[in-house]
Amino acid sequence: MTQKRLKIGTDFTWRDMEVGNIITEAGSAALRRTGDWRSQRPITDKEKCNKCNLCWLYCPDAAIKPLEDGYYETDLFYCKGCGICAKVCPKGAITMIEEEEQ
Amino acid sequence: MRMQEKSIKFGKNLVTTEEFFTAGHSFCIGCGEALALRLACKALGSNVIIANATGCIEICTSPLPITSWRIPWIHTLFENTAATISGIEAGLKILMKKGTIPERNIKCVAVAGDGGTSDIGIQALSGAFERNHDFLYLCFDNEAYMNTGIQRSSATPYGASTTTAPAGKLSIGQITRKKNMAEIAVAHDIPYVATACPSFPFDLMNKVKKGAEVEGPAYIHIFSPCPTGWRHASDLAIEIGRLAVETGIFPLYEVESGRYRLNIARPKLKPVEEYLKLQGRYRHLMNREIEKIQAMINEDYAKLTKKVAAFAA
Amino acid sequence: MSKRIGLEASFATAEAARMADVDVIAAYPITPQTHIPERLAEMVADGELNAAYVPVESEHSAMSACLGAAAVGARTFTATAGQGLELMHEVVYAASSMRYPVVMTVCNRALSAPLSVWGDHSDAMAVRDTAWIQVFCQNSQEAFDLTLWAFRVGEDPKVLFPVMVHLDGFHLSHVTEPVILPEQEEVDRFLPRFHYPFALDPNRPMTHGGFGPPDIYSEAKIAQELAFRQSKEVVLQAWKEFGDIFGRCYCPVESYRIEGAKTLLMTMGSFTETAKIVIDERRGKGEAIGLISLRLWRPFPFEEFRQTVKDAEILIIFDRCISPGMGGPVFSEVRSALYDEEPRPKVVSLIGGLGGRDMSDEDFDYVVSRGKEIAEKGSEKMLETVGVRGEVIRIRG
Repeated sequence: MTQKRLKIGTDFTWRDMEVGNIITEAGSAALRRTGDWRSQRPITDKEKCNKCNLCWLYCPDAAIKPLEDGYYETDLFYCKGCGICAKVCPKGAITMIEEEEQ
Repeated sequence: MRMQEKSIKFGKNLVTTEEFFTAGHSFCIGCGEALALRLACKALGSNVIIANATGCIEICTSPLPITSWRIPWIHTLFENTAATISGIEAGLKILMKKGTIPERNIKCVAVAGDGGTSDIGIQALSGAFERNHDFLYLCFDNEAYMNTGIQRSSATPYGASTTTAPAGKLSIGQITRKKNMAEIAVAHDIPYVATACPSFPFDLMNKVKKGAEVEGPAYIHIFSPCPTGWRHASDLAIEIGRLAVETGIFPLYEVESGRYRLNIARPKLKPVEEYLKLQGRYRHLMNREIEKIQAMINEDYAKLTKKVAAFAA
Repeated sequence: MSKRIGLEASFATAEAARMADVDVIAAYPITPQTHIPERLAEMVADGELNAAYVPVESEHSAMSACLGAAAVGARTFTATAGQGLELMHEVVYAASSMRYPVVMTVCNRALSAPLSVWGDHSDAMAVRDTAWIQVFCQNSQEAFDLTLWAFRVGEDPKVLFPVMVHLDGFHLSHVTEPVILPEQEEVDRFLPRFHYPFALDPNRPMTHGGFGPPDIYSEAKIAQELAFRQSKEVVLQAWKEFGDIFGRCYCPVESYRIEGAKTLLMTMGSFTETAKIVIDERRGKGEAIGLISLRLWRPFPFEEFRQTVKDAEILIIFDRCISPGMGGPVFSEVRSALYDEEPRPKVVSLIGGLGGRDMSDEDFDYVVSRGKEIAEKGSEKMLETVGVRGEVIRIRG
């Protein structure tokens, strides 16, 4: 089974270009790890969270995913660390901490 | 264990969990425009065709060979978004009329920035309004040509510093006043015009839905805070948008067939300084200039409230 | 039963678009194209043509609306001339690189300044590099035939390139000539319904017009160029099919009385028919002279061209346009196309017919005489012109 990997320009010869450079695979950018951009990341205190859903609503990157139990989880693959979620949380349940060196 | 519900309830509002353009896009960290677009797409759903101008949205979502878009989307050039969508709308209509394609509800939506709307794109927009095409035009206004490096546009507000109208020893930055695109749209007598801001997400989504349901041209001017160009912290887009509305800098209102409705009326506006001081593009302003801006905002807001009273919905 | 009627070339063009059952017309009026959108608007208003007529507010928007319409799979047509073609210049490039099969008639008009509504080829020459399939018409019959043919070629799934049909402004666009109009049934046999494989559709979401960073742009352009060159196959195939159904055969390079010709005169467009008078006269006096008319301009028909001129000693190129600082544009391209041929004719350039200046048979007679003179003795003039008052400077450029 071939691992799906982010398509990049240098993968393409001229033969691989679709007519008119039309992209037929919808949402192929989903494989791009924008999480590499961040210098800080959100940490949620579940005790304080009241499941108001506002962090999910206000994330420009749709990087906050709703969980089965009604709480939320940040998708670190995409999260750019902007801090909007921490700012809009009415309960102060989210804090931004420095991103660690991997 | 993860479960994606179909939609999430916020009081009376149901917001779909579906994302119409994927994460993995390259909008800046904390981009207000990205959020506004995300919310607008949730209000539109998937039965749309989007024609997009060159600009931040186009560049951040469609770098060959990948795309963020999960809905049909076309970008041709910079100034012709309204003309492109006119062709799409006319094409769909006639193909359905002739039976070439099945009759369906497909909404034609044009997406452009402030430059692509009020400067280079205004001719095409005016033409599309006049011809009465059935389309929704969303102007995402970050108040400058942000994608090319923060150059001034006719949507840049008085006193803001941009790279082509920078604040300097001899200049305050932008010396002209922001072109009022919403009023220009109203002057075309189209069925629906509105202003919106992602800091008021339900108001924005309801307006986009309303604009999409209107038969004929609809125009929504969407305030889009830009951390990079406005030089503010990456977590402040929502707060700045809220202040823009609360200070009267960007009032939220709708005009339905010429009848005005102010969506968020404040008996007393917050002082504009609260809004200006958060942004580096206004850092150079002296007190007397801030006072001048305050006077301008008071004047504009008074004008608007008069219109709201005179042409009440 | 096909019928033969007198039709102005503009009206013949509109009639072809009507018989092709075009879906969307987005056009802006400009002299000398106006009869085309006017006739089409009339047809739509009277219910003779079931199409969406979009009266756009500029030529830039005209071509942009055409892109949008083609992107959802509509058969799309527009027309323009001169300044209009220039105004839509960037969109014309987008049409071909995004591979939308729009058909456009250009009533060739001189470019400002000075403002001229009259005909020459400067507008056509300004769009040489736009990757549109381009043909030049000689008469009203060709205006009709090549418009029909244009839809067939452009929309072919192996092509998907837009097509420009050039008509000389006024000299052809406003001239009434006998045109044989076919039966609708014949047209339907020749022209299948347009099926665009990448139509914008919520059921199959696609992204059109992504931007090309440096690591992919070259591949995109090479792919486009190779597809463009290969489209010549379908160009010829469609002409063959046209001949089979309608009985009129077209080819990329038309030759007239070239058997044994030592001298060839080359023209493009409607002035060809005037030039033919001179060929007949001179042949009548025993001169070994012939004429070629370049019908297919892009993709340039290298093979057919070289084959046609291989026995000639002198090739006189008549240009209706100046490429400033360079000379006749068609002359430059033709000379370049023949450079590696062994043997090759001596190629000479004459320029005339600018901004609506008429070319009589006497003028073409001068073109031939002077052309042969230049071939033999060379020219001291910076520019060889026809019918331009005042001595042209005798300095070699």
